[in-house]
Amino acid sequence: MAFEPKRPQKKINYEEIRLYSDAELNSTTEEELKNFKIKHDIPMCEDLEKGPWPSFVADAKQGALHRRKLADGRVLIPRDVIEDLLGQLELSFVHGETHWKHGGIVGVFGYGGGVIGRYSDLQEEYPAIAHFHTVRVNQPASKFYDTDFLKGLADLWEYRGSGLLNLHGSTGDLVLLGTITDQLEPLFQEMAHVLDTDLGGSGSNLRTPSCCIGKARCEYACYDTQAMCYEMTMHYQDELHRPAFPYKFKFKFDGCPNGCVASIARSDIAFIGTWRDDIRIDQNAVQGYIAGEYAPNAGAHKGRDWGKFDIQKEVIDLCPTGCMSLEGGKLVIDNANCTRCMHCINTMPRALRPGTDTGISMLFGAKAPILEGAQMSTLVIPFIKAEPPYDNIKEVIEKVFEWWMEEGKNRERLGETVQRVGLPKFLEILEVPAAPQMVKEPRSNPYIFWKEEDVPGGFQRDINEFRKRHKR
Amino acid sequence: MALSTDKLGRFNPEKPLENRITDIGPRHFWQTFPEVIQKNYGKWAYHDILEPGVLVHVSETGDKVFTVRCGGMRFMTVQLLREICEIADKHCDGFVRFTTRNNIEFLVTNPEKLGALKQDLWSRKFVSGSYKFPIGGTGAGVTNIVHTQGFIHCHTPATDASSMVKAIMDELFGHFTSMDLPAQVRVSMACCLNMCGAVHCSDIALLGYHRKPPVIDHEVIGKVCELPMAIAACPTAAISPAKTEDGLKTVKIKEERCMFCGNCYTMCPALPLADKEGDGVVVLAGGKLSNRISMPKFSKVVVPFLPNNFPRFPEVVGTVRQIIEAYAADANKYERIGDWAARIGWEKFFEKCNLPFSDHLIDDYRLAYDTWRTSTQFKYTDLAWAVSRAADPGLDD
Repeated sequence: MAFEPKRPQKKINYEEIRLYSDAELNSTTEEELKNFKIKHDIPMCEDLEKGPWPSFVADAKQGALHRRKLADGRVLIPRDVIEDLLGQLELSFVHGETHWKHGGIVGVFGYGGGVIGRYSDLQEEYPAIAHFHTVRVNQPASKFYDTDFLKGLADLWEYRGSGLLNLHGSTGDLVLLGTITDQLEPLFQEMAHVLDTDLGGSGSNLRTPSCCIGKARCEYACYDTQAMCYEMTMHYQDELHRPAFPYKFKFKFDGCPNGCVASIARSDIAFIGTWRDDIRIDQNAVQGYIAGEYAPNAGAHKGRDWGKFDIQKEVIDLCPTGCMSLEGGKLVIDNANCTRCMHCINTMPRALRPGTDTGISMLFGAKAPILEGAQMSTLVIPFIKAEPPYDNIKEVIEKVFEWWMEEGKNRERLGETVQRVGLPKFLEILEVPAAPQMVKEPRSNPYIFWKEEDVPGGFQRDINEFRKRHKR
Repeated sequence: MALSTDKLGRFNPEKPLENRITDIGPRHFWQTFPEVIQKNYGKWAYHDILEPGVLVHVSETGDKVFTVRCGGMRFMTVQLLREICEIADKHCDGFVRFTTRNNIEFLVTNPEKLGALKQDLWSRKFVSGSYKFPIGGTGAGVTNIVHTQGFIHCHTPATDASSMVKAIMDELFGHFTSMDLPAQVRVSMACCLNMCGAVHCSDIALLGYHRKPPVIDHEVIGKVCELPMAIAACPTAAISPAKTEDGLKTVKIKEERCMFCGNCYTMCPALPLADKEGDGVVVLAGGKLSNRISMPKFSKVVVPFLPNNFPRFPEVVGTVRQIIEAYAADANKYERIGDWAARIGWEKFFEKCNLPFSDHLIDDYRLAYDTWRTSTQFKYTDLAWAVSRAADPGLDD
């Protein structure tokens, strides 16, 4: 792997960019935090400070106290923004209803996405969160960070925003929660100039692509999910920032069929790593598992005594295709009948590994239930190579974009469009033939939409000719 | 180049396009990697979970990297982020990673550093006593709950997210810090069925849901909404045009057709659904998205409604606990909740989890027939006998 950014990368050094001194960052004592009450009475929120799991209320309160102790002019949006947020949250618990207004269109020049307008519906009671807009920041592929960047971002966001954020939002963005309209442009340009980073997607555009940890720290990765996620994000910047689609569109990159970024359930195009040669077997390591030298399933079951590992029961008999056997003490896999479910590999990672002739299965059309019901993505392209610059895959993507922008109705996800027109029509768009791999089973009704050109003689017939043979 | 302290930073409203940088995309991932990751990229040979929350990955080069996974809150302050950075600076050469499920991962190469890191992480607590960085979330246990914004930042929720997640993870803490279940249990939470959380393929999914049709703000609807869009947004065609007594353009709603999806509200702010008594939580179970052994599955609705009992949702927490305990006691090794339910039969799932069944759980939306049982194969449970006795009150015991 070579370091090949699509543009020059800035080296970020926190000491050079920082806004706050160490004294400002470490201004609160434990004693002060213990005695700290925010300006609103929040008994229900404070109940959530108890218990072993990290408490977002305790964290929010430490953030609130920290903002209180900063000197005047050291934050550009109201210093009590977190206190008002907690106050409104408490009232939402009492009312059993949210207190955020519907929508609000704000953004930065030239982009149609990346910022989501948010306003409190109780602006007099909670003036500090009257405007509380969301900013989606495009995360680096697979969410590794260096602390220079994160500390810089923390300073920037404390200064120009609420200091509240999500690591990460559901689509994968680093989400900054809560700033005012006037700070959107300054924030955006500080991020671009100093932190060398850009906004993510929102609205009817390409949403921020995301990927699994891939080759960075996983032996199962069948392709370079991070390189491909980065390339596709850079290549489709226009689609990401400027909404021109019928509805949202998601790319997710999973390195293997385990699917750690949920691409099969959540993305309009799921790119899932797979292989077309044989599973690699280390027979010595197989013996190691059988002898109990290695913990099965990479140690995932260590918390309970499940008895001695039984390769027959735990691997061979659980194989969904029954394509494995032990012959003369050796593990044998009938690879032609393997569906690459990963169970044997997950269970004996030291002994079995995916093949080396790897690529991607492309599946299309997953979405959450709104509106026609949830859909998982459908297998359409069984195997395609995934090597930079991915021109073969971009060609497929662009066929989909072009067709869906033409055919898709307003607020209709790709999966719904495909359902509406039928999978066969979608195959025509992609210029691929049909295959049994695309369905769980063939249709059970015979209502085939035959086309005129499929049927000898066409559809046009003469009724008088018909009547010559059949009296009325 | 330092961050600007000017009120408008580098932005000049007089010349908004001057010095403007756009479309640069994210930073390249390579610079965010610790050295051991750069050096062994694509060379990993195998991994092992040493103990809950601690993994070792071994490279073909012989290099090892130890990962300590901590439960994180997706909603956090920059103060906590700075503490994460301080830990990463102290132990991990200034690098840190976040997982898709909002966990925080600290990586070290030296086994001696591992002990110090773990000790440091466990020692950090909020003043109120909860852990800041509990270690766990690996293997056959319950890992972190992915969730949505809820009352913190969303205009359409039917429940709150952060509070429910906190309450459930407090209850399931022992399963986060151990690996004693038959397989991993992925719990997900979304506060309305727009599902920014996309929880529809989770072992256990918690979903905020409305139960009252939208209330129409007749006075403003004609001004603030495109009425045809609001009408077209309804999947059951329950909304149609109407006029108020004063002759204002508005809509009317066939309430018996409403399935409470809220799509009309997304299109039109004058059609709110939120209601304290109407809103609550649907529990779904048995979904998964891995292709391991069986194909990915949707989660199925197993409890149609539980109340929004803020801030700790005891009914929701209890139900999750009930399902997990029944599963832990009965499922085979490697079996996910959905695979277990499919093997024993859903009638046994309801019996073993001690959950009631009602007509709400039988699909009557599109493609409903696909879920009806067209076979004589079933297992007898009390619920089956209740049907038989209703059909024939004279049936003997």
